[in-house]
Amino acid sequence: MTNKNSIPNYLDQSVEVKARFEKLKNRDVILEVKNLTKVYKTNKGETTALKNVSFKTHKREFVCIIGPSGCGKSTLARVLAGLEGYSGGEVLLDGKPIEGPGRDRGMVFQGYTLFPWRTVKQNVMFGLEMNGMGVNQAGPEAELWLELVGLEKFANAYPHELSGGMKQRVAIARALVNQPRILLMDEPFGALDAQTRSKMQAHLLEIWRNIDITVVFITHDLDEAIFLADRILVLKAHPGEVMELIEVPVPRPRQLSQINSPEFLATKARLEALIHPHEEQESTEEPIQQRMIRFVNVADNVE
Amino acid sequence: MKAKFFVTGWFNVRQELSKERRKIIGWASFLLPILIWCTVSYVPFVWHPEVLVEKVGDVDYFQEGMRIDKAIYLEELANMKQQGKKAPQGEPANPIYLPAPHEVAKAFYNAFTTPPAQKDGLWMHQSLWQSIQVIFWGFVISSLIGVPLGVLCGTYSLFARLFEPFIEFFRYLPAPAFGALMVAILGIYDGPKIAIIVIGTFFQQVLVISNTTRKLDYSLIEAAMTLGTSKWKLLTNVVIPGILPSLYVDMRILLGWAWTYLIVAELIGTSSGITLYITQQARYQHFENVYAAIFIIGFIGLGTDLILAWLGRRMFRWDKPANKE
Ligand SMILES: Nc1ncnc2c1ncn2[C@@H]1O[C@H](COP(=O)(O)OP(=O)(O)OP(=O)(O)O)[C@@H](O)[C@H]1O
Ligand SMILES: [Mg+2]
Repeated sequence: MTNKNSIPNYLDQSVEVKARFEKLKNRDVILEVKNLTKVYKTNKGETTALKNVSFKTHKREFVCIIGPSGCGKSTLARVLAGLEGYSGGEVLLDGKPIEGPGRDRGMVFQGYTLFPWRTVKQNVMFGLEMNGMGVNQAGPEAELWLELVGLEKFANAYPHELSGGMKQRVAIARALVNQPRILLMDEPFGALDAQTRSKMQAHLLEIWRNIDITVVFITHDLDEAIFLADRILVLKAHPGEVMELIEVPVPRPRQLSQINSPEFLATKARLEALIHPHEEQESTEEPIQQRMIRFVNVADNVE
Repeated sequence: MKAKFFVTGWFNVRQELSKERRKIIGWASFLLPILIWCTVSYVPFVWHPEVLVEKVGDVDYFQEGMRIDKAIYLEELANMKQQGKKAPQGEPANPIYLPAPHEVAKAFYNAFTTPPAQKDGLWMHQSLWQSIQVIFWGFVISSLIGVPLGVLCGTYSLFARLFEPFIEFFRYLPAPAFGALMVAILGIYDGPKIAIIVIGTFFQQVLVISNTTRKLDYSLIEAAMTLGTSKWKLLTNVVIPGILPSLYVDMRILLGWAWTYLIVAELIGTSSGITLYITQQARYQHFENVYAAIFIIGFIGLGTDLILAWLGRRMFRWDKPANKE
């Protein structure tokens, strides 16, 4: 643990940051979730994945949703995307309830889900074609977005010829080309190595800065959440409930060097306390039982 | 050592062999059975349960060119020797129904070069052409309905629940059992034959294709929905292009099945095609011709399949090969 004295309170915001949040909250509410409850009914019984989840997202905000595994992050994203129904509460986009999937909410999945039979460019064109744009018009438009994610050279490659990071960039371009109101991202960089991941984060922020989009970004990586988000929605598991909506006090524009700034550390300490509360209270989850059997020669010590 | 094993091993799971090895193995796959056939045919002490009589000697019921059981031949041979009569002579031989490779090869050549023995008989290639037409139309008719229905069943639960139970029942009814019925309905010529092929193929086709359709990764459909794809467009723009390579492979396998119904189908009504040729040749005990005809069906089947496989690889460049190259 870092020295507690040197870390400020995560609630302390500098003047600029405070002003930024004032401005942000004065913008229109784009997404409003009220008392959302989602119960999965299976043969083995019912699982409450989400319980009374409420929050508001403003236009052009970058929200991260974070929480332990199984707390319902993916479920929330899928409900927002309209891929999953819900059992109670309300989900409003621009004041209108969400009914099924639509082009106003783009989604980037952890598993890429590119269409393997389409080239990179054709993948990006997909959304435009589906919404009635002709191929002649969609082509140049798709190229524009490919350029934005820096993949114009791979326009004619097939998805199986790309690396994970490249695939995810195509998926982002494919979702953005529809100019959705909200971009939902469910652990999009989860399968990438650390280096590619931080490149992708910087790249995503760059994209977000340049276009009119609200991002709902799901992750379980604390650093990633703090680095990217305006506000972080922290969920707890069993059932999935909101613990806190944290305003990240780290000023923008963000740089990798900020990772050791006091605001960053303060936020991280708070998130850690929320998500891994081992010091303050005993965990509700059972620890993983380990009964180690020695499989090597007694003399063969590595430590 | 280990690295070398990976490069040169013959038994690496799901890994493609090198090009030369693939060629060697490909030839071996045909050479091995031929080698066995040659051994049985040309090595006199392998099998050869009969004796081909060359000189009858004093055995009254022997005839020249007659095939006789080895035990009987040896008995007569001993008899004659004992009685001091002229002994018969003969060579060990295989039964008439197993001609040697060179005889079949000769028959193969003759089938295309010598006119048919009967006046109104057909050349082998004419018989074949009749058969190919029956297969073609049977498969096309079956596919015209079976493919769309299979895709619909795989896509929409409504169709699956409506059609699949009945089809599941029907596919257990043996297609040839409908022969007489089809003759009553469609006459004695090609109609009932095509119908048998359709019956034999169609029901399997629907089930196989609906299954293939269901294997399409559902997350692709979800992705398409979040991009604003309407329900109808999901079918035409995601499901169908997504399953095409697997569908194509299914069709190749199903075409093979259609061929297996050919012989039964052609016996219905007036016999025709390659089946008529085979039954006639068998009646006159020209078994080498029978083998030649059977093999040519194999060659046609294998040939079409190789061409289709090659075409498939060209059409579906985006599809990853199943084995690691
Ligand atoms: N289709 C489903 N049917 C039944 N239960 C489900 C289904 N999907 C999720 N659940 C349950 O809902 C809960 C939340 O799952 P969810 O996938 O949303 O978690 P998550 O926060 O995304 O976890 P992770 O970080 O591991 O991805 C889990 O307890 C899970 O077992
Ligand atoms: Mg998840």
